[in-house]
Amino acid sequence: MPVLRRAATLLAVLAALWALWEGFKAFGEAVGLRIGAFTVDDLSMPHLHDIVAQLFEPSRRNGPLLIEVLADAALFTAKEAAAGFLLGAAIGFALGVVLHHSQLLQRGFLPYIVASQTVPILAIAPMVVVWLKAGWLSVAVIAAYLTFFPVTINALRGLGSADPRALELMRSYAASRWAILWKLKVPASLPYLFSAFKVSATASVVGAIIGELPSSIQDGLGGAILNFNQYYLSSPPSLWATNLIAALLGICFFLVVAALERIFVRRAPEHVA
Amino acid sequence: MSGAAAVSIRRVSKTFAAGDVVALQEIDLDIRPREFVSLIGPSGCGKSTLLRIVGDLIRPSSGEIVVNGKSAHEARLDRDYGIVFQDAVLYDWRTVARNIALPLEMAGWDRARRAERVREMLELVELTGFESRHPWQLSGGMQQRVAIARALSFSPALLLMDEPFGALDEMTRERLNAELLRIWRETGCTVLFVTHSIAEAVFLSTRVVVMSPRPGRIAEIVEIDLAQPRTGDTREDPRFFELVTEVREALHGGSDRGSPRLRVAE
Ligand SMILES: Nc1ncnc2c1ncn2[C@@H]1O[C@H](COP(=O)(O)OP(=O)(O)O)[C@@H](O)[C@H]1O
Ligand SMILES: [Mg+2]
Repeated sequence: MPVLRRAATLLAVLAALWALWEGFKAFGEAVGLRIGAFTVDDLSMPHLHDIVAQLFEPSRRNGPLLIEVLADAALFTAKEAAAGFLLGAAIGFALGVVLHHSQLLQRGFLPYIVASQTVPILAIAPMVVVWLKAGWLSVAVIAAYLTFFPVTINALRGLGSADPRALELMRSYAASRWAILWKLKVPASLPYLFSAFKVSATASVVGAIIGELPSSIQDGLGGAILNFNQYYLSSPPSLWATNLIAALLGICFFLVVAALERIFVRRAPEHVA
Repeated sequence: MSGAAAVSIRRVSKTFAAGDVVALQEIDLDIRPREFVSLIGPSGCGKSTLLRIVGDLIRPSSGEIVVNGKSAHEARLDRDYGIVFQDAVLYDWRTVARNIALPLEMAGWDRARRAERVREMLELVELTGFESRHPWQLSGGMQQRVAIARALSFSPALLLMDEPFGALDEMTRERLNAELLRIWRETGCTVLFVTHSIAEAVFLSTRVVVMSPRPGRIAEIVEIDLAQPRTGDTREDPRFFELVTEVREALHGGSDRGSPRLRVAE
């Protein structure tokens, strides 16, 4: 049963990670391990079971459980990230198509597109907020900034990956550029595009969380991280629990794209044989 | 003469800029409507290049091509060419039926007409029942039959085939040879066929054009006067062996002595 085997593998990996964390913590505490300013104790490395347990504690006195607060925040951030992902993927793909059709534009613009990614997102984010006003849209644009680049690069590679003989056949059918694009080049580029979408999906979550900070948005995971960071000394597991939820959100995005890939990318099973 | 020709190749030369390769030098050839002409010659003598020039996939360096009274370019835009390569080059993401329908989509046929034509084509290449399979679920021979069906779906006047059965085993190849001849008779198209196999060229063709390399030229043209329709018995006809020998000598004469216009006694 492949499903059972995969579940078993997942459990084994989780158990190994848990053992690594708790083993290192126990060892560090026993020998009083210090690496520079880093000391192993409950403050720097809370017990994993404490982190998970914290999720089911009230977030504040008489308030809702932490997991409920974080679920709401995750949903809020997910919407921003999804909007950013769709925006970035659309822009990235359109850019790839344009650059694919013009050597001139490609030579002119590609270096700047690459350079755009060397500017840190932390420097871009406040400017986007100034331009678009703090809010949902500015966060989505910041997420899109991290999303579009892998899509553009892989769209360029994917559109150029069509079999040259298939292109010659298209010529013999007197196919228009438009038809060649949509019936041959785009389908041929889907495996490349989905590789990019998987990278971009997780990047869009990171972008949304970072984008919330200069926008002073309190309702998402970025706000939660900032908030629990301030109370770290009194409750370390809260920040860890927030990070855990943020990671899970990124994984969810990845899995959604991976599922779509299985539907849309029909590959010959020759790689298996 | 050239008015009646399906394809008329006039003093066509091709030099590839990359590496200064003279692939073809002054090729002259007329192909009559409904003829089946094979190009044969050692590897690198320019067979594929000539086929591509006829199909307006590349331009000649000099000379001209007239196809049914039009330039090769006009003929391509009129969808006069059906092309089949050594590999089927099918779209993995399309079913057999949708692969065959692809050129019809380009030609703007509506869905009902496409379905009707796909059904006819599947019948023609004897693949009825396989329409919803994907290419990777078919054998090499079946894939090549799909490629032929796709090339013929829009009824091109001219079928250009570049070693279409070169990657298949001998038995499949002979079966597809017979099938191709039946399709040729039924559709009435003109065929320009590239092959490495002397026996295949003689069995299929009405004329075999023997080419010699460096630079690519026509060494000799052998008329194949075997009776039509050709059957399994054709391969045992003494005349078949004579013609095979004639083509073989033309091939060897061309490359040994480097004489481009050598004639073999009838
Ligand atoms: N695109 C190309 N660029 C440079 N040289 C080429 C190109 N295509 C073919 N050639 C050269 O032209 C010659 C004829 O090639 P080709 O027509 O493919 O031969 P054949 O099909 O008879 O084996 C060869 O020497 C080959 O290397
Ligand atoms: Mg060739």
